[in-house]
Amino acid sequence: MTKDAQVLPTRTWKKPHFISNPWLRYGFMIGLAVYLVWAFYSLPFNWERIAEGIPRAGQIFGGAFPPSFQRSGLLITGFTESFQIAFLSTLLGVLLSIPISVMAAKNIAPKPVYFLGRGIIIVSRSFHPVIVAILFVAAVGFGPLAGVLTLTLYSIGFVAKLLAEEIEEIDWGQVEAMRSVGASYMKALIYGVFPQILPRQIGLSMYQLDSNLRASAVVGIVGAGGIGGTLMNAFGRYDYDFAFAILLLIIGVILISEGISGWVRKKIW
Amino acid sequence: MVAQSTVVDRMWSRYSRKEQLIRYIVFFITMLTVTWAVSDIDIFWPWVWDAPNQIQSLGSRMWPPNLSNWNAILAAMLETVHIATLATLLTIFIALPVSYIAAQNTTPNKATLWLGRFILVSSRSVNTIIWALLFVAIFGPGVLAGILAVMFRSIGFIGKLMGEAIEEIDKKPVEAMQATGASKFKVVAFAIVPQVMPAFFAIIILRWDINVRESTVLGLVGAGGIGVLLQGSIDTFAWQTVATILLGIVFLVIIGEAITSALRKKVI
Amino acid sequence: MLQITNLVKSYGKNEPVLNNLDLTVEGSSVVSIVGASGAGKSTMLRCINRLVEPTSGSIKLNGMELVDLRGGDLRHARRKIGMVFQGFNLIDRLSVMENVLSGRLGYVSLFQAVTRRFPQSDIDRAFHLMERVGIAHYADKRADELSGGERQRVAVVRALMQEPEILLADEPTASLDPKTSQQIMSLLKSLASEMSLPVLINIHNVTQARMYTDRIVGMRHGNMIFDGGPKDFNQDALDAVYGGIESPDEEGVDSANEERNTAEALS
Repeated sequence: MTKDAQVLPTRTWKKPHFISNPWLRYGFMIGLAVYLVWAFYSLPFNWERIAEGIPRAGQIFGGAFPPSFQRSGLLITGFTESFQIAFLSTLLGVLLSIPISVMAAKNIAPKPVYFLGRGIIIVSRSFHPVIVAILFVAAVGFGPLAGVLTLTLYSIGFVAKLLAEEIEEIDWGQVEAMRSVGASYMKALIYGVFPQILPRQIGLSMYQLDSNLRASAVVGIVGAGGIGGTLMNAFGRYDYDFAFAILLLIIGVILISEGISGWVRKKIW
Repeated sequence: MVAQSTVVDRMWSRYSRKEQLIRYIVFFITMLTVTWAVSDIDIFWPWVWDAPNQIQSLGSRMWPPNLSNWNAILAAMLETVHIATLATLLTIFIALPVSYIAAQNTTPNKATLWLGRFILVSSRSVNTIIWALLFVAIFGPGVLAGILAVMFRSIGFIGKLMGEAIEEIDKKPVEAMQATGASKFKVVAFAIVPQVMPAFFAIIILRWDINVRESTVLGLVGAGGIGVLLQGSIDTFAWQTVATILLGIVFLVIIGEAITSALRKKVI
Repeated sequence: MLQITNLVKSYGKNEPVLNNLDLTVEGSSVVSIVGASGAGKSTMLRCINRLVEPTSGSIKLNGMELVDLRGGDLRHARRKIGMVFQGFNLIDRLSVMENVLSGRLGYVSLFQAVTRRFPQSDIDRAFHLMERVGIAHYADKRADELSGGERQRVAVVRALMQEPEILLADEPTASLDPKTSQQIMSLLKSLASEMSLPVLINIHNVTQARMYTDRIVGMRHGNMIFDGGPKDFNQDALDAVYGGIESPDEEGVDSANEERNTAEALS
């Protein structure tokens, strides 16, 4: 007598959804679709002008090639100025960042000083450097002075913030040891805190120099000096071959500076 | 007999002779560069001392902020967010394939590796605003130029970080999938994608945050967003309206940060 | 001479961590302080150089009251108190020599400190002390390239550079292996008599406390419940100090002989 083979219920498996709650999941997908439609609709597109885009692009790229390096004088002055702006603002920014980061470190600054330090950093970071550049240009006039002021603030916002975070994570025992030998606040700072953050400090400075070099090319667009201004003029005069030359040089300079700063950081670590 | 004691002076200095030399040289070069930069730069030094004065005077011209045009400003802020969001979403479709070919372990051949790397480097080296200049020249002023500019810059950022994430994955699941005979595409879907998902979300969220900030300034070259209003107010010296717009931008940035930190907690 | 009277330390409204402690340490004796974790050993030691603020009571070092000192006076007083820590607390990135010289930070000016231009007498003393403990050949090595025992020796030299009137050691051997910790204990004991220095050592290892120190002070829950010689620290005393809380670090009474022989060979 054969017993009927037991029929096992078929077990199926489906991959669990990324978002398990079905309401959330479909809600999210529908929300996304609705958003895309709404955004596209509400944005003002000038379709006529856009249609002219492709032939325009053809004109521009045709005019841009080959790049023209004829006005080398302008190129040299523009890039030199950008470099000067980047260098000076990195130096100033890094020097100022040291006391500011000490002020903004919760573990070594008294409360009111801490808030002041953090406040300075937040203000320096809130605005895009281009906006800051416009404001400085309005205040002190066109030219590299506005650029240096802008990028110094920009550097502080970045370097001081990271340094303050470094300081907050140091090994406190070393500071305790310095206090126990009778060192004053400054000496304890220099022997107990600074050696712990020094490697980071140098790396940050190199990175910031690189960053400022890129940014200095841009703040010129609003009149704060450097190659950005030259680029703006080229575009304005439809000198696309000159503009292309400037662009190529900008990319080249950035690549070189990235390479150098990477090499220096490796050596110093 | 007198015992002669010779006192040997033990000298100590922090740096060896060679180290001291290098330090002096570096210091000297830095000082030289500083002197050159300061003397050569085209700054009218009397203006430097006047700068704090000028800055303070500008500040007082901006106070109190003029709130009358607030709905136009709000609309412009919304437009800015749209530009950033749409651009970030659209970039995903381009950046992912580029990151795939720019990663050493997934790229089909040397040529594609170089192509991928080249695309990413060019995208990264050209600032968003410069891309905007280009697209405004092609498509005219407006949000399309802005969206394209943000896209083209974001490809490099997202592509580079995703490429690095791909290069850092564990090879073993990939080998296991290949051993089962799965096609290239399925290997990607089952072995690579799950490993880079967390990095992917973090990178997208981060870039969106950066893009919101970048989009605020695109209008200054005509590429849409609140920058257009800002440039207009500055051109007409309406400093108090400028102040309101700046406040709006701060508000936008704060909200952006709040959203990104909330999203990061959820996803990671 | 160190004289602690009625020392109390409490955090907020909680039970006091130190409860009316009295302790007098004279001359060049080595005193070990034993007790379970949380007994208050570390707190008491840190009250002496004010790394922890006493709530009330008096601490006098050679007649000078330490408890109410502020600012410059406190720093001057700290110069006279050398401290060795469980975690060594050396400045890892600096060289051994700089670490040792940092013991003089209470004596030199800010300029000298920043430019590392310490007086020649300090440098001579540094070399002399480093040779005494056997680390002179490491003078220019980075502190984090040394082993644990070597680092603790650097820390001891740093404390001695202060020309202190008393040496405090907060569990100096807790991070070291048994053999190295014996070396350090032995070193502390010899230095105490060579330099006529009173030494207070917080320690977990009761066997080493018996072997290297002249007097044992036992603490429990912020109170001092034993004060006597190593011979008197018997099983009853041990239970009174540690009983019910945790077992002390004891290498066993049988191995005490073996340890004694090693200790004699090393000192």
